[in-house]
Amino acid sequence: MSNLTKVLSKMRWLQPVVGAVALILIWAFANFAELVDPVLLPSPLQSWNAFVEGMTEGTLGHDFYRTIFRTMLSFIIATIIAVPCGVALGSSDKLYRSVEFLIDFFRSTPASAMFPLFLVFFGIGEEAKIAVAAFGAALIILFNTAYGVMNARQLRQLAARVMGASKMRILWDVTIWESLPQTFIGLRSGVSMALVIVIVAEMFIGSSDGLGKRIIDAQMIFNMPEMYASIFAAGALGYVMNLLFTLIEGRFVHWGGK
Amino acid sequence: MNLPHRVPPLDEGNPVTASATLSADTVTPTEPAGDLSDRLRWFAPGTHITIRGLTKTFADGTVLYKDFDLDLPRGKVVSIFGPNGCGKSTLINMISGIMDYDAGQILFDGKTARETKIGYVFQNYREAGFPWLRAIDNIRYPLKFLKLSKAEQDARIEKLLASFNVSIDLNRFPYELSGGQQQLVSIMRALVIEPEVLFLDEPFSALDYEMTLFLRDKLQSVLTDMEITTLLVSHDLDEAVELADEVLLLTRKPTSVAARIPFDAPRPRNAETTVTPEFIDVKTRSLEIFQREVRKP
Ligand SMILES: Nc1ncnc2c1ncn2[C@@H]1O[C@H](COP(=O)(O)OP(=O)(O)OP(=O)(O)O)[C@@H](O)[C@H]1O
Ligand SMILES: [Mg+2]
Repeated sequence: MSNLTKVLSKMRWLQPVVGAVALILIWAFANFAELVDPVLLPSPLQSWNAFVEGMTEGTLGHDFYRTIFRTMLSFIIATIIAVPCGVALGSSDKLYRSVEFLIDFFRSTPASAMFPLFLVFFGIGEEAKIAVAAFGAALIILFNTAYGVMNARQLRQLAARVMGASKMRILWDVTIWESLPQTFIGLRSGVSMALVIVIVAEMFIGSSDGLGKRIIDAQMIFNMPEMYASIFAAGALGYVMNLLFTLIEGRFVHWGGK
Repeated sequence: MNLPHRVPPLDEGNPVTASATLSADTVTPTEPAGDLSDRLRWFAPGTHITIRGLTKTFADGTVLYKDFDLDLPRGKVVSIFGPNGCGKSTLINMISGIMDYDAGQILFDGKTARETKIGYVFQNYREAGFPWLRAIDNIRYPLKFLKLSKAEQDARIEKLLASFNVSIDLNRFPYELSGGQQQLVSIMRALVIEPEVLFLDEPFSALDYEMTLFLRDKLQSVLTDMEITTLLVSHDLDEAVELADEVLLLTRKPTSVAARIPFDAPRPRNAETTVTPEFIDVKTRSLEIFQREVRKP
C-alpha cells in the first residue's frame, strides 16, 4: 500500500496529462468497440496521422498560418484602438457614463450577429473577417482597460499628486500601470475572442483558406480524420496563444497579485 | 506695521490686498466685523504653516472641521494625537493638498500646497509604493518634478542613501522587500526632494516592534539634521511624544485643538528619554487630555 502511494507520488508529474490520456483511451475504446459509426469517429491514430500529414505535406500548415495571421492582425488592430480609448474612457467619469450603455449593449451582442453588417460594409473579402474579429476583440479590451483605469487604487495616484505630478503625469506614470493587470485580462480574452470569430468567419464568410474553412470542407465530404485534425489544430492554437499571453503577462505585470 | 507676519484675509483675495481689508470701512456690512478682526491675528515668528477657517463637511452631512485655525512652527516635529476617527488623517490630507476642503485657507509661508515641496509617508506602504519600479527608482521618482540635472539627481540620491546608511538591495522591486524595508523606501522617497514639509500618517503602525524602533531612530536622526517641518500622526503616545517638539491634541469631531504641549528634551532621543520626568510629565498630561476628550459624550 505504502509502496503504491510512493509510486503514485513519484508519478505526480503525470497528473496534468491524466485527463488527456484518459480521453484518448476512451476515444480509442469507442472506436475499437464501434460504439459510434467508425466513419464519424475514426481512431485517434488516424486523426493524428491526418494532422501530421496535413502539417508536413498537405495544406493544414498553410491554413493554420492563415488563421494565426488573421487572428493576430485583428487582435493588433483591436489593441491599438481599444487600449487608448479604454484609458480615455476610464479616466473620465462623464465620458464613461455616457457610453457605458453602448459598450454593454454591443458587448452582449454576439459578434456573429454582426457578420452580415460587416459583410455589407467590407464585402466578402479578407477585410470583413478581420474587421468583425477586431470589433469583437476591441469591445472586450476596451471594457477591461476602462475598468482597470477606473478602479485603479487611489493611494498611488495621491502619492504622485503630492509629489507634484500633473493630471496627465499621474495618468501616464501611475494609473496606466495600475490598470495593466486588468488590461491584460482584456487582452487575453480579446485574443481568444478574435480566434473564435476568425474561425467562424472562415467557415461562413466566403474564404479560401484558414482552419475554419478547412473544418467545414472536411465536414462536407465526411473526411472525418481531416476534420478532427483541423479541430485539434484550432484547439492547440487557442491553447498556445493563451499560454503565451500568460507568460507575457507574468513578465510584464510581474507585480500582479503581490 | 509688521505686515509679513499677518495672515492674508480669507476672501480668496491675494495677499497684496490684505492691507486694504484692515480698515473697517472695507468690510462688507453682511460680515460681522468681530469675525474678521479675529482672523487678522498675528502669528508667532517662526510659523511655517497657517490654517484659517478650515471647514470640511462630508457628503453624508458629517461636519468634521468647522472654522478650524492652526499655526505650525517651522522646522519642528509636531505629533498629532487624538481619538479614533477625529480627523487626523483628514487634517494632514487637507494640509498636504491631497484632499479638498469646503472653505478656509492653508498656506505655507504664503504659498499653496501645490507650490510647496511636500513629502508624504502613508501608513499603507504596500499600496503607496510603485510596484512596477525598483526600489531605487521609487526613491528617485519624485526628483523628476524638480528641475535637476542627472548629476544633481544622483548626488541627491547618494546623499540620502548615505544619511540613512541602510543595507538593503535597492535594485529589488518593493514586493520583494520586507514591510519595514518597504516603509523605509517610502520614507526615503518622501525625503529625497528635501521637502519643506513632511507628513507621516501612522507610518509605523503596520510594522513589527523591532522595525518600528529602527525606523523611528533613523527618521529622527535624519529629521534632526534636515530641520524639516514635520507633521506626524501617531496612535502610539510614546512614539508621538518621543519624536515631537510639540504634541498637538485634537478633540472628537467636530474637531478642534484640545491642547498643545511642547516637549523640549534634547535630541537624539532614545529609550532613556522615555524615562525622564519631562517625558513622563508630557505623556501624562497628554493622556489626561486625551481621556477627557474620549469620555466626552
Ligand atoms: N468620505 C467620507 N464620508 C463621510 N465621513 C467620512 C468620510 N471620510 C472620513 N469620514 C469621517 O471623518 C472622520 C475622520 O476620518 P479620519 O480618517 O481623518 O480620522 P483619523 O483621526 O485619521 O482616524 P484613525 O484614528 O482611524 O486613523 C471619521 O469619523 C470618518 O467617519
Ligand atoms: Mg487616520
